[in-house]
Amino acid sequence: MSIARFWRETPRRYNLGGSKCTNCGTVYFPPRGVCPECTHHRQSIEKMEPFQLSGDGEVFSYSVVHEPAEGFEMQVPYILALVKTKEGPVLTGQVVDIEPKDVAIGLKVRATFRKLREEGKAGVIHYGYKFAPSEEPPTSLVPRGPMGTVPAPVASERDRAPA
Amino acid sequence: MREVAILGVGQTKFGELWDRSFREIGIEAGLQALVDAKLSSADLNALFLGNMASGSLIDQEHIAPLILDYAGLGGRHLPAVRVEGGGASGALALHQGYLAVASGLYDYVVVGGAEKLTDVPDATASDITSSTADHEWEVVFGATLAGLWALIARRHMHDFGTTREELARVPVHDHAMGSKNPLAHFRNKLTLEQVLGAGAVAEPLGVLDCAPLSDGAAAVVLGPLEVARRHTDTPIRIAASQVACDTMALHHRKEVTTLESTVVAAQRAFTQARRAPRDVKVAEIHDAYSISALVALEDLGFVEKGRAGPAFASGQFAPGASLTVNPSGGLKAQGCPFGAVGVAQVVELVRQLRGEAKDRQVAGADLALAHDVGGTGATSVVHLLERAG
Amino acid sequence: MKAGIVSYGAYVPRYRITPKEIGRVWGSDGEAMGQGLNVYRKSVPSPDEDTITISTEALRTALVRGAIDPQQIGAVYVGSESHPYAVKPSATVVAQAVGATPNLTAADFEFACKAGTAAIQTCLGLVGAEMVRYGVAIGTDTSQGAPGDALEYSASAGGAAFVIGREHVICSVLRTLSYTTDTPDFWRREGQKYPSHGGRFTGEPAYFRHVTECAHQVMKASGTSAKDYQHVVFHQPNGKFPQRVGRQLGFSEAQMRYGLVTPFIGNTYSGAALIGLANVLDHAGPGERILMVGYGSGAGSDGFDLETTDEIARFDRSFGKPVQWYLDQGQELTYAVYAKFRGKIHMGED
Repeated sequence: MSIARFWRETPRRYNLGGSKCTNCGTVYFPPRGVCPECTHHRQSIEKMEPFQLSGDGEVFSYSVVHEPAEGFEMQVPYILALVKTKEGPVLTGQVVDIEPKDVAIGLKVRATFRKLREEGKAGVIHYGYKFAPSEEPPTSLVPRGPMGTVPAPVASERDRAPA
Repeated sequence: MREVAILGVGQTKFGELWDRSFREIGIEAGLQALVDAKLSSADLNALFLGNMASGSLIDQEHIAPLILDYAGLGGRHLPAVRVEGGGASGALALHQGYLAVASGLYDYVVVGGAEKLTDVPDATASDITSSTADHEWEVVFGATLAGLWALIARRHMHDFGTTREELARVPVHDHAMGSKNPLAHFRNKLTLEQVLGAGAVAEPLGVLDCAPLSDGAAAVVLGPLEVARRHTDTPIRIAASQVACDTMALHHRKEVTTLESTVVAAQRAFTQARRAPRDVKVAEIHDAYSISALVALEDLGFVEKGRAGPAFASGQFAPGASLTVNPSGGLKAQGCPFGAVGVAQVVELVRQLRGEAKDRQVAGADLALAHDVGGTGATSVVHLLERAG
Repeated sequence: MKAGIVSYGAYVPRYRITPKEIGRVWGSDGEAMGQGLNVYRKSVPSPDEDTITISTEALRTALVRGAIDPQQIGAVYVGSESHPYAVKPSATVVAQAVGATPNLTAADFEFACKAGTAAIQTCLGLVGAEMVRYGVAIGTDTSQGAPGDALEYSASAGGAAFVIGREHVICSVLRTLSYTTDTPDFWRREGQKYPSHGGRFTGEPAYFRHVTECAHQVMKASGTSAKDYQHVVFHQPNGKFPQRVGRQLGFSEAQMRYGLVTPFIGNTYSGAALIGLANVLDHAGPGERILMVGYGSGAGSDGFDLETTDEIARFDRSFGKPVQWYLDQGQELTYAVYAKFRGKIHMGED
């Protein structure tokens, strides 16, 4: 895999650097040199400026993937999603830190920083954005106990004597 | 621009062709088409070859002259051009061949499509097919081609109430058709339960919702309509050949559940042919995934947006209905050697229009539509074919 | 000292595994092991997390909380003993990921578990000398113990980032001094996957000697004793050592309470004392005095005499998670999934 081709995109993949057309106000990610919305491209030349996305958005569609893309083998099954950012652009990425059963269209997410893939044990590591729930996640986590205690184990059905 | 006809067709079996090389299958289909067209290779003016990924699949670029050479025509110094557009490569090659003959620059042209997907491991072949999506901004972030179509399916289910069962009806239909096609990769019939119970690939799509990785080749001979009867009693006129593109990435589309490239290519095709969707009796549509077929039926204008699921399930596109879909078995059952698919669709439709399709014959087939897609819809190609007078 | 802590953030990965589950696989009474170590759960990083990603999350939190312009950062240092690269600093990736590049200095630190506190000392120097406006010191690890070894019950993943500066200081550094010797209690040779250690030698001659000596020297120089501090934070390779050294130095359970995080997330190595300090700062009001004594095998202790300022009352922690959230939450894994995530399963060709 190409070192330069990945390195070149780090301002986009690490920092979500996009662009905005100052003619019509549309925000783009990845950044564009001309604005597709402006009727004649000449209107947008030299009118595009850098624009930083916040990383906040919501899930527009999702799929739990069982046959992985290259580099994602250790995370199967993983959640692939279309994320609509609050500034407008839609991105494609993995949703992490949530169980597949808890994902839904409309889930609020925020971009986080994770490993995308490695070129084997000796090669370069590629990093980029993935999305994590931005609100308090649901019940798939250990219940809270007061500081310093772990909840006492509850007797299971198996421990009870037969009726 | 003069009228163009299809004079002959040829196709190899589709499947895992372990003993056949890329060269061999390309030549087999091409020579079959020449024989069917009663055309001497001395009269041939050009070769257009649709192929998606020979460089990564068989370490060979520059394959059009390779096929020309091994067909014995290298010394004749014909033009040979490879055409690529992901899964739409074959149909794009046909479009190029059509333009070549219509322009008057060439008279007789062979259009071929060929792909060998089984010379690399399955996972590698899948990665290579995923490169027809946006590699930098979709694949790198975890998307596979199946995953992207699954995103379309999930949204289609959300917006229109399409169900998992409605999706599953597509492969059941395709296999029922494919069971009658001696060239099909899969000839077994499938039940709804089998499709629903198959392992997940990218939910809601399972293994049986997805077209297989196949080897295969197909070819057609094109020539001017005005001289077609020298070669065949049943010339088939290309009534329309239209291409439309769209954004590369699914996340840049206006609507995730509509392939605008298909909508526009179809509209342009019907305008060119001066016909309407209701006139089409038989269609070969790009059903790489079950959802692809349902979305295609909507975008081609055969059913209202959002209604393809119930319409398909109710038998609206089965044999005996006013429009029969994928009599070959489609990409799912006939098989999916990417570069060959667009040409193989046309081979089947020519046989249908000639009345030669045997027990797959759609009665009264006079106007046929072929639909091919690259990636998740960055390219769509629509051809309309009809029996010449 | 003019320089102090301006902002901070911590991050601990989502997954957990219990000593009981580890013991189950290795034929040991894991629950007893856990009780002996005072470790109830340890954190486990996802396959897509490493020291670089954890450091980035912690620093992004710190920068938002402190409303710090990343272009004003003059130095980034990441201290760890589990840097993803042996050559190519984690600090450059972290600096790029928070938008601090290109006008800054960066480097990685290694001193077993005290690489993060050493980085704080360096930043204090740079900021105090007015060579940089903000310096970033991060301590993060995703270390592993050899399968079945005692260390496997506690070695975990997590990190914390501290922004050092002169403006809007929320916790001033009154004094820092260190105690350093050549003591081979715990080490890892180049190329080895897991560390080695001296068993009981890691106790008295190593951890206890250096932490105790350093703590005494800080308090002597400051003219203080244990009663003068509201909080104390020690390096915490398990949940027992810091309690014992704290008692020996005359500190109470209440003083040690917020600084002790290892029982709930395991030993985050270079992150441990720093996550403890972050938890103290999450709970502290103005004018509270804190003693922090880190420890790194090899060996050395960095001691800090700290005091929160009035600014801490205005400090907005609403971005990111409080340390308490990471202590309370976590999704438990089986040993098999933990082994898969930690790369302990041989995958064939390397």
